[in-house]
Amino acid sequence: MAKQRLVVVGNGMAGMKTVEELLKLAPDLYDITVFGAEPWGNYNRILLSPVLAGEKTTDDIMLNDRDWYAKNGITLHAGKEVTAIERRKRIVRADDGTEAPYERLLLATGSDPVVLPIPGSDLPGVITFRDLHDVEAMIEASDRHKNAVVIGGGLLGLEAANGLAKRGMNVTVVHLSDTLMERQLDAYAGEMLHQALEKSGLHFKMPAKTEAVLGKTRVQAVRFADGSEIPADLVVMAVGIRPNVALAQKANLHCQRGIVVADTMQTFDPRIYAVGECVEHRTRTYGLVAPLFDQAKVCANHLAELGHGLYQGSFLATKLKVTGIDLFSAGEFRGAKESDEIVLQDPGNGTYKKLVLKKNRLRGAVLYGDTTDASHYFQLIRDETDVSDIREQLMFEHAHLGDSGHGGKNAAAAMDDTTEVCGCNGVCKGTIVNAILDKKLFTLEDVRTHTKASSSCGSCTGLVEQILATTLGGDYSEAPKTKPICPCTEHSHDDIRKSIREHGLKTIADVMAFVEWHTPDGCHICRPALNYYLLCEWPGEYRDDPRSRFVNERMHANIQKDGTYSVVPRMWGGITNPSELRAIADVADKFDIPAVKVTGGQRIDLLGVKREDLPAVWRDLNGAGLVSGHAYGKALRTVKTCVGSDWCRFGVQDSTAMGIRLEKMCWGTWTPHKVKMAVSGCPRNCAEATIKDFGVVAVAEGWELHIAGNGGVKVRTTDLLCKVTDDEDVLEYCGAFLQLYREEAHYLERTAPWVERVGLSHVRDTVVTDSEKRRALHARFLHAQTFSQTDPWMERASQNVDRIEFEPLAEVASA
Amino acid sequence: MSSQWVEVGRLEDIPPLGARVVRTAQGDIAVFRAADDQVFALEDRCPHRNGPLSQGLVHGTQVTCPLHNWAIELGSGSAVAPDEGCTKAYPVRIENGRVSLCLDGASDASAAPG
Repeated sequence: MAKQRLVVVGNGMAGMKTVEELLKLAPDLYDITVFGAEPWGNYNRILLSPVLAGEKTTDDIMLNDRDWYAKNGITLHAGKEVTAIERRKRIVRADDGTEAPYERLLLATGSDPVVLPIPGSDLPGVITFRDLHDVEAMIEASDRHKNAVVIGGGLLGLEAANGLAKRGMNVTVVHLSDTLMERQLDAYAGEMLHQALEKSGLHFKMPAKTEAVLGKTRVQAVRFADGSEIPADLVVMAVGIRPNVALAQKANLHCQRGIVVADTMQTFDPRIYAVGECVEHRTRTYGLVAPLFDQAKVCANHLAELGHGLYQGSFLATKLKVTGIDLFSAGEFRGAKESDEIVLQDPGNGTYKKLVLKKNRLRGAVLYGDTTDASHYFQLIRDETDVSDIREQLMFEHAHLGDSGHGGKNAAAAMDDTTEVCGCNGVCKGTIVNAILDKKLFTLEDVRTHTKASSSCGSCTGLVEQILATTLGGDYSEAPKTKPICPCTEHSHDDIRKSIREHGLKTIADVMAFVEWHTPDGCHICRPALNYYLLCEWPGEYRDDPRSRFVNERMHANIQKDGTYSVVPRMWGGITNPSELRAIADVADKFDIPAVKVTGGQRIDLLGVKREDLPAVWRDLNGAGLVSGHAYGKALRTVKTCVGSDWCRFGVQDSTAMGIRLEKMCWGTWTPHKVKMAVSGCPRNCAEATIKDFGVVAVAEGWELHIAGNGGVKVRTTDLLCKVTDDEDVLEYCGAFLQLYREEAHYLERTAPWVERVGLSHVRDTVVTDSEKRRALHARFLHAQTFSQTDPWMERASQNVDRIEFEPLAEVASA
Repeated sequence: MSSQWVEVGRLEDIPPLGARVVRTAQGDIAVFRAADDQVFALEDRCPHRNGPLSQGLVHGTQVTCPLHNWAIELGSGSAVAPDEGCTKAYPVRIENGRVSLCLDGASDASAAPG
């Protein structure tokens, strides 16, 4: 069968992103023809400013050169403008008479810069700032002329002004409003920007209305409404863009401000799709890259005849760097009735932060000088998170930045290229910047895949996002609101859990079939998640799938870098005795175990055990009563205790006994991520209970229960859940809390980010206030525990469970 | 060149979406079984940091290394882009449910397409 023909009108970022996505999904479905009005391949429009400023060359910003089109069998008509679409014949025609028939047509005609309708706007020397051609004209002018006037104090205008100034021109920015970038900044931040740019050498005339461009054969001056004039050899109009709908209108496609499309990116003619700046979707038009890319993905999906995925609009933030100044703005930053503003001004430090709250939701933010928390605020605004529990700290968050591994640096702009950003994978800032530019990366996920930066512990995620934003300048792709579990599906963690529960899905295969997984058997990200969700939902019924377990949980030991394993037996509440210690020593001798280490969780780690020795090691440890410590699992790890009132002269409760009781109740449970607990016998808190997932601190009249602490990647002290007087209550609240976490958190989400996401109030309401819910949760926890409290080491050491994991398939003497 | 085929076991000894190890004089070889019962054999060392691929998670015709999550093509031994590198792939034959490897037929995956 002959291939279908896809014609793309517009060779810009939106059109080519759609083609790239389409080629990934269905490489052989179409013969593709691309028309582009500009004479070159597809380039990165975001990086025009650095080309103007002389920091990059034209070649640097090419995304798809002519070879790419040839390699993918795409016919490229560069420099030909499509002037007509004959919808009945399904043919497009270009200005030179070239015709191309189509079964599917994609319009990506972008937008045109607005030219002010004033006298003299057609004089030579008056240009816009939109494409490479404009940039070339500006560079040429800067070589021969002195005075430049940029009309428009928005993002584009300021970038143009900055570039021309760097090329040695005397630049004046003319702006209609008295606030620069007034669509993104409030008056205070606008003024800070104004002053900083003036200091860097730009001149400003604002507020000012341009009345005419003066000159005979070429621009010579600009005149304003107040009668004043300033000399100009070059005038750049950067007053806005307008969707380019001329072609679509001529073809009688429904257009408003832009070409109107549905959530599938189809126009009113279902054979014709449209993406990018030319599009109007749910009455909105977009001029930034992130939404264009979202649209491209959806459009490609439908062109590939997969038929799922809807574009539902984008929530945008502006995170930008104008000449070394970090700026971020999102949402309703101006404030309105019934809204509160939290403001932090530190002029000496060059920082300004404004958060706008309404009904306990963050609605908008403006950050100037320090944009470390931009991603965090963006998420809170987008997700409409209830911030009443964190309102006091909100202004001082550093939520996306861990505490270690990046030398305490938290502002990417100030780092030099050799500074290490990712301490886990040894990635420097320069490496990340180069990868973004060379490999044409746009998203955090892209950067993680290519450089590994922030892909391990994740503590430098905030920094990597900042580098991405500053490198790409204007904008970059934010993670979408409901994030799919992995690329195998477009469904989120919550969607999947809901489907499992409501539709009674009982196996991984059932889930994948029901929600139409895109891959035959998932990947290393989704399979362990599905296995956990099923295990949690159907205790005693779901049969654990070892093939969907990460190696450590399948082997019940921690894999080490040389492929050997480490073995950590449980020491209840940190208490041990001579016979246990003797057994550990004997095992270490007998199996020639090279390293024995005391862990941070009051246990003993045997390191360097060979895979085939594991069952025998466990058999000997079992012999002394030692069982698995689950140090390898997303499970209950340790319950750390101090000696408490048994021995300590300050102890007010028996913390050790409480720790042992908690551990006996909770061991063996599978949880979304690892869980650590501690019990301290007095408020001196020697067991460090306030950095644990569940921490208990004894007070004279009972126990304080603390939750959602973390001592690792990002130190977070716990939130106080409540105080209880009765020992039995400690157990009940603990079980209920763990069960709520098991049932609601996303796989691989620790208690700290989970509680931050759902809010402490939600946990308190469920576990403390509502005693019925608490008891039900606790009961469900205990029920699940009846199926999980069998020592996995004993099963493998004495009952031959999973023997194939430890034995070779065959041994071949010689090759 | 004569090929040396060695029988290493039955298909049913390898769990679907899993792997087993064959010990040889030239080092461990991981023998994988995909969901559709295709069998592949790779040197049991990830090209990145020598992680034991036999312990990884098998999906489609790829395995994800347990150490740092590199994905390796089971057929060619090549790392999935953007990662770069390759491990040796051995020819596999299944006859009457019995799996054989060709130990001197290893392809240097750097020369293999893909």
